[in-house]
Amino acid sequence: MRIALFITCVNDLAYPGTGIAVTRILRRLGHTVEFPTAQTCCGQMHANTGYRAEAMPMVRNYVDVFDSYDAIVAPSGSCTAMIRDQYPHLHAPAASVAARTYELSELLVDVLGVTDVGAEFPETVTYHPTCHGLRMLRLGDRPLTLLRNVRGIQLVELGDAEECCGFGGTFALKNPDVSTAMLTDKCARVRDTGARVLAAADNSCLAHIGGGLDRNRSGVRAMHYAEILAETGATS
Amino acid sequence: MNPPATPATGSGRIRTPLPFPTAAKPAVADTQLRANLHRATRTIRAKRARVVDEVPDWEALRDAGSAIKADVQRRLPELLEQFEASATAAGATVHWARDAAEACRIVVALTQAAGADEVVKVKSMATQEIELNEALEAAGIAAYETDLAELIVQLGEDTPSHILVPAIHYNRGQIREIFQRRMADAPTDLSDEPAALAEAARAHLRRRFLSARVAVSGANFAVADSGTLVVVESEGNGRMCLTLPETLISVVGVEKLLPTFTDLEVFLQLLPRSSTGERMNPYTSMWTGVTPDDGPQTVHIVLVDNGRSAVLADPVGRPALSCIRCSACLNVCPVYERAGGHAYGSVYPGPIGAILSPQLTGVADNASLPYASTLCGACYDVCPVKINIPEILVHLRQQAPHPAAERATMRVLSWVMRSPRRWAAALRLARAGAGPLGAYRQRRTGARTLRRLPWPASAWTRSRDLPLPAPQTFRDWWGKQ
Repeated sequence: MRIALFITCVNDLAYPGTGIAVTRILRRLGHTVEFPTAQTCCGQMHANTGYRAEAMPMVRNYVDVFDSYDAIVAPSGSCTAMIRDQYPHLHAPAASVAARTYELSELLVDVLGVTDVGAEFPETVTYHPTCHGLRMLRLGDRPLTLLRNVRGIQLVELGDAEECCGFGGTFALKNPDVSTAMLTDKCARVRDTGARVLAAADNSCLAHIGGGLDRNRSGVRAMHYAEILAETGATS
Repeated sequence: MNPPATPATGSGRIRTPLPFPTAAKPAVADTQLRANLHRATRTIRAKRARVVDEVPDWEALRDAGSAIKADVQRRLPELLEQFEASATAAGATVHWARDAAEACRIVVALTQAAGADEVVKVKSMATQEIELNEALEAAGIAAYETDLAELIVQLGEDTPSHILVPAIHYNRGQIREIFQRRMADAPTDLSDEPAALAEAARAHLRRRFLSARVAVSGANFAVADSGTLVVVESEGNGRMCLTLPETLISVVGVEKLLPTFTDLEVFLQLLPRSSTGERMNPYTSMWTGVTPDDGPQTVHIVLVDNGRSAVLADPVGRPALSCIRCSACLNVCPVYERAGGHAYGSVYPGPIGAILSPQLTGVADNASLPYASTLCGACYDVCPVKINIPEILVHLRQQAPHPAAERATMRVLSWVMRSPRRWAAALRLARAGAGPLGAYRQRRTGARTLRRLPWPASAWTRSRDLPLPAPQTFRDWWGKQ
């Protein structure tokens, strides 16, 4: 199976560790991963902010770059939801590649049939299910199933977990007061858990929550759950 | 995106006087308001979840509700004419109003013709939408709200902030204060116990019911094949208004139609569970024209368009007309919970308001509302008629006027990101540009983040640290493999 990595623009620029983690997990499981360098961005920000025409070139580029692969994996619930839910409506020829695009936990659990990736991470972790993974992709407990099988991990349940953190893409800039009010409550629930690590499936949401946790000197580290699954306890 | 085929003409209390972010600011800063909303929305949310979970075919019911409403929208003109014929045959008089002003003129004229200078009112979103109370007052007619929460809001000279619970922004201490200040016959030793507050309102309203000659209502449903109107309520005040006065005037949005009487079986299951979180609501009143010697002997129905034809003309936005005003979407919305209903500047707040108000008025008049959402999707999950609110929000953002600076930024970003070569160059540039700064911040603070940036980036850094581009992008790492 030819697996391609769609790393997403935010990860490429600011969170390369997430893409490195996905690469390591899949290689450890014996798969070959390719990274087509002509990839750019899925166009979600443009499409969801009311700039569909400006998003279309990115949509077409995605189809050109990824159409030849058997499976495309993205370490982002919202980018995967953009591709799977919106692409077929925006650009009919994208339907096929959209159906072969998976969020990491979908690829691992549903396509590759793996729930234990052989990771070790001796920390207390709480998991925030980000909205698009939760309510558009219906990831359910796939990410948590993978995390539960990590050796040494102590998972703590997050209160009001299914409530949005207040990021919402350009919402965070257009409605900073409401966004911050939602963030304040989310950070409070994270701190209530006593966990030292907050994990999620989207680095954009994590930039928002993690940025709030850092601002409040909470000492809680925001991590993409792929980075936890990549940890084996050995120094890499 | 093409503008709607039919221009939106909606008027009344459906326009934001201030952009949503500005209007939300004082609400977010009001800790009492946020505490009131937090408690109230979560209480109703939990009640709804309990009674929905116990219905084994809830998803099938939602599908049925959605399908019936879609059917109504496909053949609305024909169903409206059928309703008019059925209701007229049963002794009602049907009036047609293009917009809020015309609807108000009709109700004022009918009230004057009945020789009344006061009306009692059943809780009704349509009459709030068309600002009927203000129109009646201007004509020298007193309008008395009889729903407890509407009464509180009216006595407080306030506006409703929630579809189901108009006074949700008040706690009981604030309500006692309003009663003592504005209700002349309130007991002097009134406590803030809910039972005492309800008893004071009951005594106050009973006198109004017995003296009123004209009642004004809305309707939850209008049945085309029988000409029946339906009001679903909890308190029994509606039943009083619908049965005691001689004249009954009902203001009904044209989208309230159902094809047949048996369609009610679906909606009378969906509505109470979604709305108040009850298996069945306490009072369901149905009337079909005039029944001789029983109830009002003069029955008028005012069918109101007020922008609905424009919504109907847009196939993507049209499902907003399926709304049955249950307010489940408000109660799960994290934005509504923080901003409160008044920030939406319309009688329709929350997620449904964010897609309905801009469509009724035309998006340019409510341009900030489609952006008053994180697109988290909680509203779509609970909607009893499966309105895909996030999809319609995104659709309306296409039509909204975009600020010039934002448009320019988006175009540049699109130009960069559509080209693999330009995107790779932009990544190199960002990494190089952030390099020294990132290293400096790392030494100073132990993290490659920024704490304070000038406008417009301050909208982010006011509450969140901002990560700088990594010293090595992912493609740098990949290239070295």
